[in-house]
Amino acid sequence: MSKDILVGDHFLSGDVAAAEGAIAAGCRFFAGYPITPSSEVAERMARRLPEVGGIFIQMEDELASMAAILGASWGGRKAMTATSGPGFSLMMENYGLGIMTETPVVIVNVQRAGPSTGLPTLLGQGDVMQARWGTHGSYQAIALSPESPQECFDMTIKAFNLAERFRQPVILLMDESVGHLFERVTIPPKEEIEIVNRKILKDKNRKIYEPDEDLVPPMPPIGEGFGIHVTGLTHDERGYPSINAETQERMIGRINDKIRKYADEIVDYEEFMVDDAEVIVVAYGITARSARRAVIMARENGIKAGLFRLKVIWPFPSKRLEELSDREFVVAEVNNGQALVEVERAIKKRAVFVGKMGGEPHKPQEILKGIEEAVK
Amino acid sequence: MSIIKADTHPLDRYLRTERLPHVWCPGCGIGTVLGAYLRAMEKIGMDPEKSIMVSGIGCTGRAAGYVRMDSFHTTHGRAIPFAVGLKAARPDLNVTVFSGDGDLFAIGGNHIIHAARRNANITVVAINNFTYGMTGGQLAPTTPETGITTTSPYGNVESPFNLAGLIAVAGASYVARWTSLHVRRLEKSLEKALKKRGFSFVEVLSQCPTAYGRRNRMRDPVDTLKYFQKYAVVKNHVNPLEGVIEPNKPFVVGEFLDAPEEPTFEDKLWELTKAEFLHTSQAERSEWIIEHRRHLEVLSRIISGKGGEE
Amino acid sequence: MATESNTEKLLERSGLSLPRGEVYLIEDRCKGCGLCIAFCPKHVLVVSDKFNKKGYHPPELVEEEPVNVCINCGFCERICPEFAIFVKEKKEE
Ligand SMILES: Cc1ncc(C[n+]2csc(CCOP(=O)(O)OP(=O)(O)O)c2C)c(N)n1
Ligand code: SF4
Ligand code: SF4
Ligand code: SF4
Ligand SMILES: [Mg+2]
Repeated sequence: MSKDILVGDHFLSGDVAAAEGAIAAGCRFFAGYPITPSSEVAERMARRLPEVGGIFIQMEDELASMAAILGASWGGRKAMTATSGPGFSLMMENYGLGIMTETPVVIVNVQRAGPSTGLPTLLGQGDVMQARWGTHGSYQAIALSPESPQECFDMTIKAFNLAERFRQPVILLMDESVGHLFERVTIPPKEEIEIVNRKILKDKNRKIYEPDEDLVPPMPPIGEGFGIHVTGLTHDERGYPSINAETQERMIGRINDKIRKYADEIVDYEEFMVDDAEVIVVAYGITARSARRAVIMARENGIKAGLFRLKVIWPFPSKRLEELSDREFVVAEVNNGQALVEVERAIKKRAVFVGKMGGEPHKPQEILKGIEEAVK
Repeated sequence: MSIIKADTHPLDRYLRTERLPHVWCPGCGIGTVLGAYLRAMEKIGMDPEKSIMVSGIGCTGRAAGYVRMDSFHTTHGRAIPFAVGLKAARPDLNVTVFSGDGDLFAIGGNHIIHAARRNANITVVAINNFTYGMTGGQLAPTTPETGITTTSPYGNVESPFNLAGLIAVAGASYVARWTSLHVRRLEKSLEKALKKRGFSFVEVLSQCPTAYGRRNRMRDPVDTLKYFQKYAVVKNHVNPLEGVIEPNKPFVVGEFLDAPEEPTFEDKLWELTKAEFLHTSQAERSEWIIEHRRHLEVLSRIISGKGGEE
Repeated sequence: MATESNTEKLLERSGLSLPRGEVYLIEDRCKGCGLCIAFCPKHVLVVSDKFNKKGYHPPELVEEEPVNVCINCGFCERICPEFAIFVKEKKEE
């Protein structure tokens, strides 16, 4: 059996499943700094990467980790880092460099409760808006949110595929509960795993930031005489700094449009009993599991409830929520209303909010109460 | 005889000539140091197609934008970890970090000491112009005591880093300091630094007439070079801890450290991926690690001038 | 090691001529910083009156044979931050 894809059924935590997903996706470089509750990702990568010819480095901090994976990605390797709130904050500047220079990498953020050091070992989902807007400037974010170890595996592969396709850092927005949850994870054989690799620039005379029709420029290789220049400054198609409003409009416009144009393809959600539902609960990550329970309990009590689970948080599935806006809405999340803002924007009315400050997942009863309130 | 008109320069093949003139002020030393770097590269026959330059942010950080090789202009302070990641992923390429004193030693200070400790096989060229040139001449961790900057308007009360001492102690394999006046020796030193396997560091004291010189009675670029001429004492293999720079006093320039080559960070990372390494006992792995460890005790004897032998 | 001046003496005594250089300039790259002028050991460069495209005064050559001539030491080329000035060895006709 090949070492890179451990085909079969395993009993894994979400963190470890994410690491295995990365390796299955072809990730061969990891740089990180330990932080609960994400350290198990790094620990697994430290053990596993050498076995598959990959490089693991424990950097001196998260600023360095983020910078190192960008360097490795330009070196032609699929690269990842993993962290949690405080480290995620430190990564933000170079996350922006990744967006600006169009560098495919994956950032795993196993959310804990903040702000600051907060609850290091306990659940939070408060980084939803940081994942969207955490670095300065105007850009589009891609963030995925798994609800189980199986999805941690699957979605890490998907995160790499999206990163490679769109040439942009992609965030796997996990949470402490899913990261530390042990469940069965089925790893399929190689042939059944879809892998997307970046387009490689072949023509040395073509400008390195000249996009294809899909608005994504093929990525030039290094060490092969292309003589590329890559900068975090606003740059023209040659990659050279061009500090003016016109280039800003054109180039930053494009790096937004390359995602916006395909947002419908990236958006992903699960609808559970939504068809005939009069009230819909929107949730993601571990909260979606409590919400599913709550929906079933509501149905048992005669309330037609449904669950709308965000599998991809960014881009946000506003279109679909707008179509459903004749229903009542409940939003449950472990923060004080982040996805809530987007849901209300899409449905153009208020939703019942069931928030928690962090530390523990919702009890289904808490969400059920919200459902009952919504249909009152 | 009069000057002969030319349209190409001998270093043009290493430069993105379409981007010249560069952004640096008249008489700024950064261009001089970049020239020395390119000459050193040419002299040792380093293939520009296999060479990468990584810069941070600052006036010096703009260097990456002018060299005709794959080059990266990253974020303030993070050129080193970007380069460390890149070099680990691609040990086949020559990687140089070319950046400013503020970038490498203020905001990026943590990274450079760790890169030296790991003996990452990269070359770092640090332009020390005693200030943050790009942002208008603020206090840097290299500003001499009494130095006037926009954020030390009454004179700097802090003590600057001795960069050479700091990096030597952190574990670098090669450490030198020159000035933008010592162009020939700088070039020779850069040749060695580029050839060295392991972490090599070359500090170049350089003039910033616009942001620093102007406020410190060195308005003309020539003034700073005259200052260097007056106070720089060329000495090789002085204990780098004696490389302290005080205002209006002699200071040492030269090669501080040229340690015997030892396995690099990348050598070790890649060893881990080999089946022969992975599929032995932990005792054997530990043996390999000890065999390939860095001899910091030898290094410290060399640094302190007590010789490298037992 | 021989310093520049005793190299000259040695060369003179041995009857060999000093190396001679010819100076080249990409005029529009020059920013008129004066570094080449200030540090030319033979003082053969001076500020010219003319302006280049960017409004700087490039250097000009004022050789006075036989002493004040360019000796192809290459210092101007090395100190110039602009990749503007360079020298080549002058071949005897
Ligand atoms: C995170 C961050 N903080 C601050 C700045 C502003 N900034 C740009 S360059 C610079 C200092 C550069 O100084 P140095 O590295 O010495 O380079 P020099 O300009 O002197 O060559 C600063 C503070 C920035 N770009 N990014
Ligand atoms: S501000 Fe100083 S360091 Fe920056 S280009 Fe001008 S002289 Fe050079
Ligand atoms: S080569 Fe030397 S002698 Fe000739 S002009 Fe340049 S600095 Fe002067
Ligand atoms: S050193 Fe270069 S830029 Fe300065 S005056 Fe001489 S030729 Fe011009
Ligand atoms: Mg500086």
